[in-house]
Amino acid sequence: MKKLINHPDRVVDEMIDGYVAAYPNHIARLSTSGRALVRKQLQKGKVGVVIGGGSGHEPGFMGYVGKGFADGVAVGNIFASPSPEPILEVTKAVDQGAGVLYIYGNYAGDCMNFDMSAELAAMENIRTATVRITDDAASAPIDQMEKRRGIAGFVLLFKVAGAATEKGYSLDETVRVCTKANERTRTMGVALSPCSLPQTRKPAFELADDEMEIGLGIHGEPGMTRGKLAGADEVAAQLLDRITDELQLRRGDRVAVLVNGLGSTTLMELYIVFRKTAEILDSLGVHIHRSYVGEYVTSLEMGGCSITVMKLDDELAGLIDHPADCPALTQL
Amino acid sequence: MPLSAREFMRILLEIGERVENEQHRLSELDRAIGDGDHGVSMAIGWRAIRDKIKELEHEEDIGAILQVLSKTFLNAVGASVGPLYGMAFLKGGAVLKGKTSLSERDIVEFWAAAVDGIRQLGKAELGDKTMLDAWIPIVNSLRSSMESGADWLNTLDQAVRAGEAGMESTRQLLSQKGRSGRLGDRSVGHIDPGAASACLIFSSFVDAYKRIKGMNIG
Repeated sequence: MKKLINHPDRVVDEMIDGYVAAYPNHIARLSTSGRALVRKQLQKGKVGVVIGGGSGHEPGFMGYVGKGFADGVAVGNIFASPSPEPILEVTKAVDQGAGVLYIYGNYAGDCMNFDMSAELAAMENIRTATVRITDDAASAPIDQMEKRRGIAGFVLLFKVAGAATEKGYSLDETVRVCTKANERTRTMGVALSPCSLPQTRKPAFELADDEMEIGLGIHGEPGMTRGKLAGADEVAAQLLDRITDELQLRRGDRVAVLVNGLGSTTLMELYIVFRKTAEILDSLGVHIHRSYVGEYVTSLEMGGCSITVMKLDDELAGLIDHPADCPALTQL
Repeated sequence: MPLSAREFMRILLEIGERVENEQHRLSELDRAIGDGDHGVSMAIGWRAIRDKIKELEHEEDIGAILQVLSKTFLNAVGASVGPLYGMAFLKGGAVLKGKTSLSERDIVEFWAAAVDGIRQLGKAELGDKTMLDAWIPIVNSLRSSMESGADWLNTLDQAVRAGEAGMESTRQLLSQKGRSGRLGDRSVGHIDPGAASACLIFSSFVDAYKRIKGMNIG
């Protein structure tokens, strides 16, 4: 597959170079690893929010460092967790004595690297706490929530964490609200076409021209079911079905909705998917409190999209409404 | 025949070359049940080891060398293999602390400690369809041959075969860990890429060891 790059071994570092050059008012790059980015202005005394994950999900995860979101990010190789070195570097830079929250997707690699960094931070007397995001309803049965992985729900969870800490929540309170938000967030995705790693340039999986796969992961991990490609309305209904069921959405409930493109799906298609999503939720009497449509967590050039729903209460609605200004998402 | 620090590093360089050459095969295996980057991650790690070894030319303490390489591998790779092999180097190095040459027993102890490190951190066991399905049989075979006083060449060759059998066994297994751990039945029928790279590393180690020590390649 074609790519506009210089050399596959340099894509991550050159991307960060460009990102830092593009957003000098938002982002500062720490010097040791070159893979650690922090907010230009930190809010004094605030609990730090550190995110991180593999590259290839742009604007995730770097794009969510800024006001109302995370304070720092550790950037890994493509689809690979960052190592403890940049995570620790970010942790030290954002800690202001109130502790640091690690919030990231539940993948074996991320868990190990963040846990190692947490141990190293403890040795330097920095208190950390961890919330692992498990919004992907397709990745394991509901009785095995601890096995589920995190996907586009990241964005809403990062938003909750950033807003809560800016409002002065303690580390423990931030963990509480993020855990609640995670329990109330579900995502279902569908893939139409594969992505390819710069090093191999081969499609990460094979999918025939007339096929789709429900539940396929954002790294090309095989999903739940594969079938004939259906129309947008039918796919949206199918994705939403599992979500409304698990969240037990009822008349009068309020939700935040995020329709996310995986990399090569047009905004036109995403709006068509959102149209049906809104229609279904409306028919259930569920109120869309706030919605996001666009590319938020991609998977290189993968085709397809996901629908994320967070069931709100007053506290979560307030945090979702909190203003934000980071390169990937600005909200007044 | 004791192995010097310099010889040990030459072996590591040869392992790295083999991993580099076979990275596409490893990524292909991962494409079937994971995210297709296992070969890429391993190649990144072993390339970092190669670059670091150039700076360690005058280091004699094999334990100290492994401690440095542990951090090198971990930080270059991240992912899940970064911590797992980082821990292997760290724990394997800890039993070789202060040693400037390795006896046959040292080599067995090195692999046993390294694999223990992987086991502790990864919290996986035999049969979970992971790299341990190759590593545990390799270490068990090394240990039992050593205890029974078997010939060293046979000890090594038998451990390679034990690893390969372990790797083959993953084809039938249902994945329990990592990305493929969510695949359920669909992971059956594919060799685990982590077990494949474990075999590659160990068999490369043995091949390089034999060549350097002028042993017959059987």
